[in-house]
Amino acid sequence: MSEEGVVKKLMYVNRKAPYGTIYALESLEVVLIGAAFDQQVSLAFVDDGVYQLARNQSTDGIGMKNFSPTYAALGDYDVRDIYVERESLEARGLTVEDLMPLTYEDEDDDWAEKESLRVVDSKELAALMSEQDIVLSF
Amino acid sequence: MPLEVNGKNYETDEEGYLANIQEWEPDLANAMAEADGAALGENHWEVINFLREYYEEYQIAPAVRVLTKAIGKKLGKDKGNSKYLYELFPYGPAKQACKYAGLPKPTGCV
Repeated sequence: MSEEGVVKKLMYVNRKAPYGTIYALESLEVVLIGAAFDQQVSLAFVDDGVYQLARNQSTDGIGMKNFSPTYAALGDYDVRDIYVERESLEARGLTVEDLMPLTYEDEDDDWAEKESLRVVDSKELAALMSEQDIVLSF
Repeated sequence: MPLEVNGKNYETDEEGYLANIQEWEPDLANAMAEADGAALGENHWEVINFLREYYEEYQIAPAVRVLTKAIGKKLGKDKGNSKYLYELFPYGPAKQACKYAGLPKPTGCV
């Protein structure tokens, strides 16, 4: 096991609307399960994937569980780098105000609450992707 | 296999987790513990109630690492460690406490 102890940079890219397909929920579950392993995890939301983080989701009409409250738990799982592509938001008439606030508590800074979510443009996101060891697309 | 408590039947899955979280009541936790040969004290209830609040807010049962950290923050460092939690719930704090709390098995537990 020569790779034991090597921390890999892993980015999950979410491209699809939260309901209608299983991709969004599956991705979230993989992130939560994978968080048990020591990897440097980040999430990116692009295209219709930005809707996954929309505020005030209601699934009453479609008979599916509303899993959007779970994104707020990502901070507890040490997932602190959540990127949303600016162009995808703009193309859908959304701003960061339409998204749920996502934070984490910094244990090394007296549990201060800090922002996890950052809006980046596609160029910045491309640069972030190229830094990763693994990019998983959902 | 249904679980009978106070004359009422509750649907559970093959591992004994409650099928419908809305049906939960404290006596159910006591009955599940009794079946495991345990009795629930105040310290158990602190953890069970914490799990129910966590599920209510985030719609998931937290992983054991997350549970340990959060308990430490809420109830103090002397309780936020695996030794303390395993003493309370020897079958695994996440698994066993979640079962008593009526939650589904934590994501990632096999």
